[in-house]
This record gives sequence, C-alpha cells and structure tokens, in this order.
Amino acid sequence: MNKPLNKMAVQATINGERTAFLCSPGQVLADVLRDELELIGTKIGCNTGDCGACSVLVDNRLVCACLVLAAEVEGKSVQTVEGIANGGELHPVQQKLLEHGGLQCGICTPGVVVAAKALLEHNPDPTEEQARYWLAGNLCRCTGYDKIIRAVLDAAKTMRGEAA
Amino acid sequence: MAVQEFLSPKSLSEAQAAFGEGAASSWLAGGTDLLVGIRLGARDPSRVVDLKQIPELTAIEIDDASVRIGAAASAFDVLHNSDVPSLLPGLAEALNLIGSTQITGRCSAGGNLCNASPAADSIPALIANGAQCRILGPEGERVLPVENFVVGPNQNALAPGELLVELILPKPVPGTSDAYLRLTPRTEMDIAVAGAGVSITLDSSGTCTAARVAIGAVAPTALLVEPAGEALVGSPLDQAAMDAAVAAVRAAAKPISDKRGPAQYRTHVVGILVSRAIANAQARIEEAR
Repeated sequence: MNKPLNKMAVQATINGERTAFLCSPGQVLADVLRDELELIGTKIGCNTGDCGACSVLVDNRLVCACLVLAAEVEGKSVQTVEGIANGGELHPVQQKLLEHGGLQCGICTPGVVVAAKALLEHNPDPTEEQARYWLAGNLCRCTGYDKIIRAVLDAAKTMRGEAA
Repeated sequence: MAVQEFLSPKSLSEAQAAFGEGAASSWLAGGTDLLVGIRLGARDPSRVVDLKQIPELTAIEIDDASVRIGAAASAFDVLHNSDVPSLLPGLAEALNLIGSTQITGRCSAGGNLCNASPAADSIPALIANGAQCRILGPEGERVLPVENFVVGPNQNALAPGELLVELILPKPVPGTSDAYLRLTPRTEMDIAVAGAGVSITLDSSGTCTAARVAIGAVAPTALLVEPAGEALVGSPLDQAAMDAAVAAVRAAAKPISDKRGPAQYRTHVVGILVSRAIANAQARIEEAR
C-alpha cells in the first residue's frame, strides 16, 4: 500500500478553537481527530457508518466522522464529545446519562452524547419514539437502550426548564 | 493505491476540469457509499472531487412547475430545510429510510441514485414522481428519466466524466400525492426486502386520472410498472383496479432469492406494499381536500 506523500493543510474550528492540521487526501475525520489532534473521545467502532460511535457535529450537522474526509471540514466548525460540557459543568445529556446509568462499557457513549445533544437542539421536546428513531444509528451492545432513552428524555425536560 | 488528491471545485466548469479524464476520479457527494467502498476495497479512486461547494449541486428549489433537488443536497436538508416533504411526502418517506440520522445528514437522493443499489429506497419514489436526471458531461448536457438511469445492479448510465447535476421532478398538480413503503425485517437501519413507490392523481369525484407505480428490490433495478399505473387510471381505486395493479407489479417483479427473502415471498410482498402505498397516497389526497 503506497502512502500518499501529499499532505493537505486544513483549517477548521474544532470545539470552538481555530485549529490547523495536516491530513492525507483520503484520511477520514475520525482518524485525524484521534491520531493528529488527540481528541480520542471520538471512538471508532465499525468504520462504515453503521455504529455511530464516531458521531460528531460538522457545522451543527450530526454525522459519522468515519464517513467524512478530513479535508472536507476546511473552514467548517467541528464539535466532538470533548466540546459538549461547559468547562467543568456537564451538559444535561451527560449528567442524565450518569444519573440513569445509561452506559456500561462506555464505547458508544461519546457518540450517544453528541447525537442526543443534536436531537435536543433540533427538537427540544421529542417523544420517546422520536428519540429512539433519532438515536437508532448509535449502537449500544450493553444497556439495551432503555436507560439511554430515559436519560435523554429526562435531559430534555431539564433543558426545557421543567422539573424532573 | 490510496486517494492521492482531494479537490473541491466551486463551479460546474471547475468540477469538469478537476475530474479530468475520469478513469481514476470519483465524485464525492455525501460519501456514505464512496467512503465505505474505499474502506472495503471495492472503490479505489486516486482523485476525489467533492461536489458540495458547487451551489447547483446542493440547491433545493421549488417553482410553479418543478421541484429541483441538487444531486448532492443532503437528505437531511431535503427533509428538514425545504418544502419537499409537504409536496412529496412519499419521496420524503423514502429519503428518511436511507439510513440513520448520521447517514441522512450526508447522503443524497443523487448519490443514492448513482450508487444504483437494486434496493435503494429513493429510486422507486423518484420514478413514481416522474423525476428526470440532468446530466452534464464533456459533450454537454442531457436529460434522462430516472427509470432509465440505472442500468444494472450498482451500474448507472453515466459515461466517464459525466456528472449528475440535479433531479427535476414535476411539481404535483392539485389532487396528487405519493407514498413509499418498504418491508424490512427490522424497524430501522435495514435494507429493503421489497419497496413500492406510487404517485396518483384523483379528480374531485375520486376517479384516478394519473398514476405511476414503481417497485424496488425485486429486480436488478427499480422498475416503473406502467401496466400497474394504467390499471388504476379511470377507476375510483376500487377492488378490481387495485387487484389489477397488484397483479401487474407481481408479473413485473423478477426478484432473486437471498438472505433477505425468497423470490416467491418478495413477489407476494411487493404487491401488498403497492396496494398499501396506493391507499396511503389516496388518503393523503382526501386529507388535503
């Protein structure tokens, strides 16, 4: 396998910070985040867009970072799980996943956090069915999903200012 | 080999120049098929030409006569940032089924069509709605109906260097609606065992004045079943007309047997899907009145 020598220089805003990185023309965003930028919160499960572990937001759009070329994010804004909490304060989705025990091994969790945050920005008051469909691309092999869904719906309540 | 070059042209003419002779180049829309293909070794382009910086390729425009969907417009934008779902609810149903939220954020009707899977969800819905492909190539422009764009499993009609620019659908006239249904073993995240897209027009008395019926996953390509549409036209969509349409699609279906289902089952199921899709489209028309 020939490794291409021609690296591309890309500038993007990553978790709010102007960032420059070098990537190969065929390198996917998930690999650049983990290997070049040391943002290893983004996990790689299937590498074919099926499992959702590498979910990130690109210009606020939920995508699988394994199915985006790093060169495509030139000039764009990327948000990973590392950019979800506000300093030391967890995002309601993160807090409620902890409270409901919505994780076991934790591999799917960063993707779930990013996808659930995107859901609640798109739809602040989702039904359980809407939440389940939105998160259907985030596979979890531990929890059976129920606690994840409870946590997301509870986080939605918190974010709407309703008592839990 | 690996991808040696990534180019991001800003116009159609730049794109044509960037693509070059074409043998070693691939167009990139949402990448949900191309990047998986590269990963699995099925595709090996040395040059990838991204289409999403070209305004025509991501535009979604609706005027008095037509609905135009740029070939690289994401399904998410069609579903959530345009009026397409209210005009063409069946096409929206199909686009929403292509994949997860993450996939929908990237995948496009144009890419789903170019990938040309026999089980692609958007293709029967596009055919039912009479969509046309606007194609730009080194020799100029041409227009091809969607039902003639796919020529075999994972094979499309594009010549080297040609680009699918946009899909042009006639704007539905009053009394028209569409629907898409598919059968999958799971509720979500699955590939169709069979699929059915229909578009029908009813006059004020409920008589069908126009109908197009298309089926997917039951032949090497999605099929326009003209006899099924003809069986509906002139009828009040009564049992006799529905039975004739179902018989026509079952006669047209030429499925394979595979892990998703034996041919006989798929042939049976596609008839049921067509009759239910017709009923859904009919209900939508009545609801709008």
